[in-house]
Amino acid sequence: MEQQELIPHLFRTEFSKITAVLGKLFGFEHIEIAEDIASDTFLLASETWSIKGLPENPVAWLYTIAKNKARDYLRRNKLFAEKITTEIRYSNTELHEIDIDLSDNNIIDSQLQMMFAICHPSIPAEAQIGLSLRILCGFGIEEIANAFLSNKETINKRLTRAKGKLREENVKIAFPVSAEIDKRLETVLTTLYLLFNEGYYSLSQNTSLRKELCLEAMRLNYLLAANEATNKPMVNALLALMCFHASRFEARINQHGEQVLYDDQDINLWDNELIKRGKYYLNAAAEGNEVSKYHLEAGIAWWHTNRNDTAEKWEGILQLYNKLLIIEYSPMAALNRTYALAKANGKPAAIAEAEKLKLVDNHLYYSLLGYLYTDVDNEKAVEHLKKALELAKSETDKATIEKNINKIPTKTKI
Amino acid sequence: MKDFLLVYRNDFKNQPTGSPEELQAVTKKWMDWIGGIAAQNKLTNQGNRLGSEGKVVRPNNVVTDGPYTEIKELIGGYSIINAESYDEAVEIAKGCPIFEFGGNVEVRDINPM
Repeated sequence: MEQQELIPHLFRTEFSKITAVLGKLFGFEHIEIAEDIASDTFLLASETWSIKGLPENPVAWLYTIAKNKARDYLRRNKLFAEKITTEIRYSNTELHEIDIDLSDNNIIDSQLQMMFAICHPSIPAEAQIGLSLRILCGFGIEEIANAFLSNKETINKRLTRAKGKLREENVKIAFPVSAEIDKRLETVLTTLYLLFNEGYYSLSQNTSLRKELCLEAMRLNYLLAANEATNKPMVNALLALMCFHASRFEARINQHGEQVLYDDQDINLWDNELIKRGKYYLNAAAEGNEVSKYHLEAGIAWWHTNRNDTAEKWEGILQLYNKLLIIEYSPMAALNRTYALAKANGKPAAIAEAEKLKLVDNHLYYSLLGYLYTDVDNEKAVEHLKKALELAKSETDKATIEKNINKIPTKTKI
Repeated sequence: MKDFLLVYRNDFKNQPTGSPEELQAVTKKWMDWIGGIAAQNKLTNQGNRLGSEGKVVRPNNVVTDGPYTEIKELIGGYSIINAESYDEAVEIAKGCPIFEFGGNVEVRDINPM
């Protein structure tokens, strides 16, 4: 890797590792000290490296600096040092002997525990995602602002408020007790799911940033799957879902950054390696009797890794959507279910069901009705698509709808 | 919005029988119907199927097998839906696949205690 690429890459991965380890050592209430030490380390690195060039082992170099800076900080702040030495029960230890353990094992443990601390039910999902991006993924505030289509001030405020709340709740950087792990894991998975979706469905034009969000969500999810205490069926199911979706990454966005609809994608661009990994995790998810929404969504995504339209495929997808909606309603699932119903049971049956959904603020609802009425009642189809056009906001959506309107043969044309 | 209990009743002689494919077709009808209610965000609780056996406990410690000695219609299952009114709940119940098998649906409003 070239130096211009290497440094930001290192910054992200190593910033999150150093922050997690120091944060664990200091306690969540002092997370900002950990972040500052990590940031100072990188400041020094970029200054030194730009003059002297890269050291032989940049990671080891960073860790040495981070350790020294942490020890310096503790030396200068005796009271703080005493407080944390008592807390970590090293009361007999001399300050300079405090172990700052940047081994792989401790890094992974600290990151996992940090994940549980940040994905805490006491703060809103949005704040959990923001903090995860900052602390677990090492994203800068500006990058987070870009991802959320927001500005630095708003994100800074949101993160500060969230950290304050976590301090107030006295949240510990630790694994939850085993009786609570499933419940806490649910919150963590929701955050990873939303983080992935933020990247996958975001309106942001910055495609490389969007992809980074997805990859980070996958990386964190992978940490959970690789750890014995958290390697649960639900974790594997979500990882399978992410692999299947991510397999279409190169195919679903063209070189102008525009979205390419599923049916128009070049399947040669689908990533077969990721599809294979998705199947592996889906199998792992099948252990036990639990069927979470991630299982069902991963099942649907699995069907979509094969583009051939078969009766079996659409019946499979329809039943998975039925089950998904029974567990948890969402307008998107309701619309997708109706589309699958048309494919499995025919358009007339789907029209009757679609008319009951009444999602009248949603352009996708009218697009669906337009699709269902096409070749059944073309005038109605055009009417619905025009309504969809009125409601659509993005240019890509508008262009797609217009294309669909033009495809419909109307009486006036005949 | 108010919750309504749907009670599915059928003559126990009308229990669907047949090949696995035929049984699967019956399951599909039920799943498509319940899925359709869920897609309108009107399913409160999917409910459950009930087993075909039962005991009835009467005063003075009298226990009899099943409710079937006096009535031949038995409750096969239940769901809870939410609707604006009795009319709407009844409209939803009209789509139930049980009518194809000679059964009926009792619709009752639920008054929380």
